[in-house]
Amino acid sequence: MGGALKQTLQTLRRIASGLSERTIVALIHLCGISAIVFVFGIFFFVFREGSPFLRDIFDFRSFFLSEEWHPTSVVNRRYGILALLAGTGSVTVMAMLVAIPFGLGTAVFLSQFCGRRTREALKIMVELLAAVPSVVWGFIGLMVMNPLIVRLTGAPIGLNVLNAGIVVGLMSAPIIVSIAEDAIRAVPDTYVEAAEALGATRWQLVYRVVLPAAKSGLLAAVLLGVGRAVGETMAVLMATGHSIHIPFTAEAPFFHPLESVRTLTATIAAELGEAPRLDTGPGGIFPVEARHYQSLFVIGMALFAITFLISVTADLIVKGIRRKA
Amino acid sequence: MVNNVKIEIRGLSVSYGLRPALHGISLDIPARGIFAIIGPANSGKSTLLKCVNRTVEFERGARVRGEVRIDGVNVFRSGNVYALRRRIGMVFPLPVGLPLSVYDNVAYAPRMAGLRDRRALDDVVERCLRQAALWEEVKDRLTSLGTLLSGGQQQRLTIARALSHDPEILCLDEFSIAIDPVTTMRIEDVLTQLKSRMTIVLVTNLVQQARRLGDLTCFLNRGEVVQVDRTAMIFSDRPGNQLTYDYTRGIFG
Repeated sequence: MGGALKQTLQTLRRIASGLSERTIVALIHLCGISAIVFVFGIFFFVFREGSPFLRDIFDFRSFFLSEEWHPTSVVNRRYGILALLAGTGSVTVMAMLVAIPFGLGTAVFLSQFCGRRTREALKIMVELLAAVPSVVWGFIGLMVMNPLIVRLTGAPIGLNVLNAGIVVGLMSAPIIVSIAEDAIRAVPDTYVEAAEALGATRWQLVYRVVLPAAKSGLLAAVLLGVGRAVGETMAVLMATGHSIHIPFTAEAPFFHPLESVRTLTATIAAELGEAPRLDTGPGGIFPVEARHYQSLFVIGMALFAITFLISVTADLIVKGIRRKA
Repeated sequence: MVNNVKIEIRGLSVSYGLRPALHGISLDIPARGIFAIIGPANSGKSTLLKCVNRTVEFERGARVRGEVRIDGVNVFRSGNVYALRRRIGMVFPLPVGLPLSVYDNVAYAPRMAGLRDRRALDDVVERCLRQAALWEEVKDRLTSLGTLLSGGQQQRLTIARALSHDPEILCLDEFSIAIDPVTTMRIEDVLTQLKSRMTIVLVTNLVQQARRLGDLTCFLNRGEVVQVDRTAMIFSDRPGNQLTYDYTRGIFG
């Protein structure tokens, strides 16, 4: 009797362990596939929501090349995102002007010029910087930078490209620092030794050997920073001034960093909550066609395309460098 | 070979942390000629070379006592370590092509020294590549990356680079361990040609290489100089030291 019970227990245990093995394998597979599923899922959803707009009234010229964005106007409804593109572009450029020198400089300093203890301390600081929530950055832009810029430059309003550019630049810098530092530390010691033996000074070593050897990693770092800047929403919503405006003119100076702009991401964040879908809202009050709602998803597709282009470019450049190397 | 002394080493001791590498050695390395250093692993050969151009200072925890004098000047007292290193060419065991073009690899040191003139640079690059017996193989691909060359070519590129700043002293640390015998022979020919113009210090694991090339040979063991003498003497049947005899005969242990 006892023996039979023991045997049954053993069989049960064997079945259980076989099951758990299979479950774990299945779970791991699921995790691996989920990344692909999520990307396609997001793309599908964005596309589905925006597709009626694309099908019915989308027109390349009036969408991409017009700066008139009046999605809620009753008499003159316009969906032109040129100003929003210009806003995203100008904030990104300004942010990179801040983040690239800052980020690469910090990475070079961390990996080449400072002692071990300083490096550890600084790295923790950089990680803390990366952990600051974007709404806090937006708050800094709104409450700290805003009056500062007004006082220093005499601009009528401190919520502008400069403000958002600095804020987003400081947000992207930690990413650039950590990836660029990894890239620099991956440069073989033998390169450094060889250059030292040739009598290179510290700076000649960095400039002529270390940076060229790490360039594909540095480029990847910069492009990830660009991606972060393009996608940033909350901070730019608070720091740009959120006004539809193109900060460029044909006559010099061409670029006006002290003017307010609005970005693609901020537009989606600010307007999506108020743009009704077809099947929501008490019947009759809202416009029958949810064009505004759909157009925001088309903006989302445009953002998708921009970030996709950036990462493909990065990939191609990095591969190009590899092939030459 | 009674030349004037180029490098004087006096009471040089180096330790890495608690591990001693050199025990107060003293040596005179004469100007012009090949000074071969042989010895088993961990005998301090590479450390000795690193002291000459002070790259020993990059080793973690290295402590150095004693003097290395080049032309009578103690290198550890010399204020400008970069100027010192520019007088010395250094070739490492494994070829290190910097991630630059063949041309830029060789032009690296002259450019650092401030040479900008394109034609002068061209001349330096061609001369050094010819000296390193590499010119014929790479003259059509000067702009391709140095790291694309074969191992033996890269090692000759490294030698060309070490020659590019016209060093007074050329140090080679087991330069042939990663290259084939034919290339090794070609480089050895190059060294024989160069020795009339510069002081060559050759650290080697190949006893026969020291025998072929060295004017003087020094046998290091456990961080101490066992014997320094004319190469013919070291490899003779009566070197005057049992350890040397055993090591050169390969019955050391």
